[in-house]
Amino acid sequence: MSTLKPEVSSVDHIQGPSTASIEIVEYGDYQCSHCAHAYPIIKEIQETFGDQIKLVFRNFPLQESHEYAYAAATAAEAAGLQGKFWEMHDALYENQYRFADDLFEELAETIGLDIEQFKTDCESESINKKIEDDFESGIRSGVNGTPSFYVNGNKFDGGPEDLFEMLKESAK
Amino acid sequence: MLEKGEIAPNFELNATPDQKINLKDFKGKNVVLAFYPADWSPVCSDQMALYNEMLKYFNKYDAQIIGISVDSVWCHLAFEQDRKLHFPLLADFEPKGEVSKAYGVYDDTVGESKRALFVIDKEGKIAWSYLSPTAVNPGADGILDALENLNKS
Repeated sequence: MSTLKPEVSSVDHIQGPSTASIEIVEYGDYQCSHCAHAYPIIKEIQETFGDQIKLVFRNFPLQESHEYAYAAATAAEAAGLQGKFWEMHDALYENQYRFADDLFEELAETIGLDIEQFKTDCESESINKKIEDDFESGIRSGVNGTPSFYVNGNKFDGGPEDLFEMLKESAK
Repeated sequence: MLEKGEIAPNFELNATPDQKINLKDFKGKNVVLAFYPADWSPVCSDQMALYNEMLKYFNKYDAQIIGISVDSVWCHLAFEQDRKLHFPLLADFEPKGEVSKAYGVYDDTVGESKRALFVIDKEGKIAWSYLSPTAVNPGADGILDALENLNKS
C-alpha cells in the first residue's frame, strides 16, 4: 500500500483542527472533472464529521491534459499568500465550467484579494516550486490519477463516494 | 514474468506506421517498459496521462519511458494524438503479443498484455519489475524508486 510522502506539515493548506482524528489529503487538479465531482462530496464529509476531519489539499495539475490546470493551481497558491487559499480553491471548483485566461483575476477580485499583489505572486518562483513539490510528492506517494485521497497517511483506493461510505462505516 | 537480474529480451516493434524502435537503440540509457492492456480504456488512459506529465522526472534519471500494447500502430497514433502523448507507444500486434509473451506478461484469456512494468538498466538488464492487477493503475512511485536505486549503485 502506498503511503503519503512527505507527511502533512506547516507548508500544507489545512482546513480543520490539527487535533482531528481523521486526516484526509487530496491530490487534486482544479480542471479535472472528477475533482469537481468530488468537491461537494468532500464538503459533505466535512459537514458530517465536523471537527473530526482535517482536510489537506495538494496540487497535482495534469498540464498536458488540462490547459488551465497549472494557472488555476497558481491562482490558489497566490490567494493562499493573502490568507485566502480555501476561498480560491472553492471558487475554482465552483467555476470550473467557465475556465478561461481572464477568469482567475476575476475570481481574485470576487474573493477580495489585492489584485496587484495577486498578479505578482502568480509569477513568483516560490509558488512554482510549491506546485512542483506537491506534484513530485504525489508521484512519490503513488498518486495514479486525480483526485487521489490519503486517509491518515495511507492511500485510499476509491472515489469520494467510497471515502464517505468508509468513514460512515468506521464511525458506526 | 521476467524478474530482476534477467537480461531484457531484445525486440523491434513499430512505434509509428513507418518507424520501428529496437530496444538495443537505448543501450546506455535506462528504459521503462510499461505493458498495458488497451489504448482508450479508462485505467490505461490515466496511466499513460500520468507518465506523460512525468517526462522530466524520467529525463532526470536518464530514462526513456515506452508503452507497449497489442493495439495496432494506427490505433496508437490516434490515441497519442488525442491525448497529446510525448513518448512512444509500441504495437505488439504481429505476431500478436510476441514481445509481451517474451516478458511473460501476455494474458491469453483476453488476448491483451497484462499491466506490467519493467525498469531496464543501461546494460540491458532488468533492474525491477512489477505486475499490477489489470484494473489498478500502478502509479509511478515504484518506477522512480527503482530508477533512484540504479543511480545509487
